[in-house]
Amino acid sequence: MAGMKKPEFDVPELREIPVIPPIVIDAMAHSKPFVAKAEHQKPLGFPGELVDDWHDRAISKMDELLGKYRSLQVFMDACVKCGACTDKCHYYLGTADPKNMPVARQDLMRSVYRRYFTFAGKHFPALVGATDLTEEVVEDWYRYYHQCSECRRCSVYCPYGIDTAEITMAGREILASIGVGQKYANEIIAKVYKIGNNLGLPGPALADTLESLEEEVEEDTGVAVKYPLDQEGADILLVTPSADFFAEPHVDGLIGYGKVFHQAGTSWTLSSHASEAANFGIFIGNYENMKQVAMRVREAAQSLGVKRIVVGECGHAWRVAYSFWNSLIGPFDFLDESFPIPQHICEFTYGLLQRGALRINKEENDDKVVTFHDSCNVSRGSRMGDKPGGQFTVPREIIKAACNNFVDMAPETTLEHTFCCGGGGGLLTDDLVELRVKGALPRMEALKQVVDEYGVTHMAAICAICKSQFTKVLPYYGLGMDMIVSVHQLLGDALELGTEE
Amino acid sequence: MILSALFSVLFYAAFVVLVVGVVRRTLIYKKTPSPLVIPTTPAPTTRAGVAGRMFREVVFFESLFKGSKWSWLFGWLFHFGMLVVLIRHLRYFTEPVWGWVVMMQWLGIYAGMAMLLGLLGLLVRRTAVDRLRYISAPSDYLMLILLIAIAGTGLLMKYVWHTDVMALKAFVMGMMYFQWQPLPADPLLLLHLLLVIILMLVFPISKLLHAPGIFFSPTRNMTDNPREARHVTAWPARDVKTAEATRS
Repeated sequence: MAGMKKPEFDVPELREIPVIPPIVIDAMAHSKPFVAKAEHQKPLGFPGELVDDWHDRAISKMDELLGKYRSLQVFMDACVKCGACTDKCHYYLGTADPKNMPVARQDLMRSVYRRYFTFAGKHFPALVGATDLTEEVVEDWYRYYHQCSECRRCSVYCPYGIDTAEITMAGREILASIGVGQKYANEIIAKVYKIGNNLGLPGPALADTLESLEEEVEEDTGVAVKYPLDQEGADILLVTPSADFFAEPHVDGLIGYGKVFHQAGTSWTLSSHASEAANFGIFIGNYENMKQVAMRVREAAQSLGVKRIVVGECGHAWRVAYSFWNSLIGPFDFLDESFPIPQHICEFTYGLLQRGALRINKEENDDKVVTFHDSCNVSRGSRMGDKPGGQFTVPREIIKAACNNFVDMAPETTLEHTFCCGGGGGLLTDDLVELRVKGALPRMEALKQVVDEYGVTHMAAICAICKSQFTKVLPYYGLGMDMIVSVHQLLGDALELGTEE
Repeated sequence: MILSALFSVLFYAAFVVLVVGVVRRTLIYKKTPSPLVIPTTPAPTTRAGVAGRMFREVVFFESLFKGSKWSWLFGWLFHFGMLVVLIRHLRYFTEPVWGWVVMMQWLGIYAGMAMLLGLLGLLVRRTAVDRLRYISAPSDYLMLILLIAIAGTGLLMKYVWHTDVMALKAFVMGMMYFQWQPLPADPLLLLHLLLVIILMLVFPISKLLHAPGIFFSPTRNMTDNPREARHVTAWPARDVKTAEATRS
């Protein structure tokens, strides 16, 4: 990559002291992802194109969802428009489009809810800002429910805990149910049903990839680290995002997991049937699809006869696995219940570190000054370890065990306050690149600050989407795309293989 | 006498609307399931921890404090000013007046001023910040104006145009025990009471539902223990089966 890219939109400037932008009406009204075709819709159980009676179907779907999700019902009623969330969304901060303020994004649906489902909205629509569901409203839904990465940052600051992600999910589900799905997410889910992973990597290709990975690692280290596939009777099934199988910097993370398992002396395996940790069912807000995607993991674990399930570095996947799997595909009484089910690879590694089971040469990473990007779904939708906030300490402890130079970014941009990378929630697609670049602004500003102040050279993350997104957007801001690394790459590089002499 | 009858009827009606409306709404929240575990994390891992989180949310507005210091300051002044003012008003509903209510009378005056100050602050913020102007519907301004008018008329009666509080108390107690007494016909008092009646009527059909709503907010009231305890609700099991059957 030679120099900075020349995009057809203005890349925001990185400021030393970020300020909240004044609103610019319709600044991102032109942004919308490609609409799913029939072939992407049908396998998910959605109509192939916009249905004739879309208005009535949308309203009855909304009615159905209001009865199915307490979150949606309460959140539609409870907002008092206090404005605490208005400056919290990275897409608002990066685009200044007022409809990217969380409350305004919610109001796209709330105004319709009020019109059709509340006394005040039925009889005094102008007074309470209620609107009919028109074609323009549907278009706004499609645009702005695809400018939310479902990162939950707004929910941290809302006095009622209103989580815009829940409303975005409902919005997308209603849209898909009238035939207006999003191509990127739905195509990927269809691919999982057909082939088993988001990338469409079939079993034999996966076997080849892992074989060459073994050769590569042996060449590098002189140690025969195994990357087994479909090995019946292994102790651990590792479910990891398919990006880990070949893309940089993901694959270096996978190499790291293998080294950790090798040193732990645990038998483990990947599965060609469940060759994907990602679950885009959460992004489109559809329970049935989320369950169907997740079910492959249960099936693989049962057919391989494993005792434990460990999940690789992936943000939303960990939220689905940690928070939802037990409800979706549990109970897990066929696994060894003396271990957490599921367990995050970072929890696994951290356990070994605490027991002193890993020998580490930190100097291997002395060429790096590392910071850590908290991924939104891990930070605000899950946990690691047995204490609240373990999702923050566990990955940091691993990095600190592997690196001498670690600094955190500004506290208002980390832990529960972390900013989304800009590509989460099913938006990691080239047809949304302007949104992704602009949405990355708050994170880029925080990163630039530690680069300038502490000479940070690398940012570690535990999410496949974050890693892909940063690889793409870092160059737009004049930063190197190879700054982004996997946590298990750092650990893997510093890990001393072989047995104690 | 017609005036007294009118206000009595309005109060009874408003009371019924308020109670029935809020209970109905609350029952809807209660019966709507939360199929997935979705607390905003880090979240407490025990029920006791969740109770603590809810307490901090309701009493200290913990999340709002993280979100916006000005909204927090004005919002907290308003809500807790109003709470103390309401407690102060218990003297109209009790005979003899409870000791602790008597002891709080002096504080109630300052609380009324804090309430008014908070409301004015919220109104200024709503009009001055472009982002808030954008998200505000007429009802959002009217709600603040209604509350400001209630607090303002109340304070005016305390400091400028006094009303016969003993007669007022007799009227209130009369309503409570169905032994109706005349209501003092002071315009300011009538306005104050009318505004309160309006507030009671709009409560169950407006954003004031945030009051019961907070207790049912899944991101705040759910326990972060999905690995330890399997969370199951009825509809997902039922629906997914049907969906799978229709697809295959």
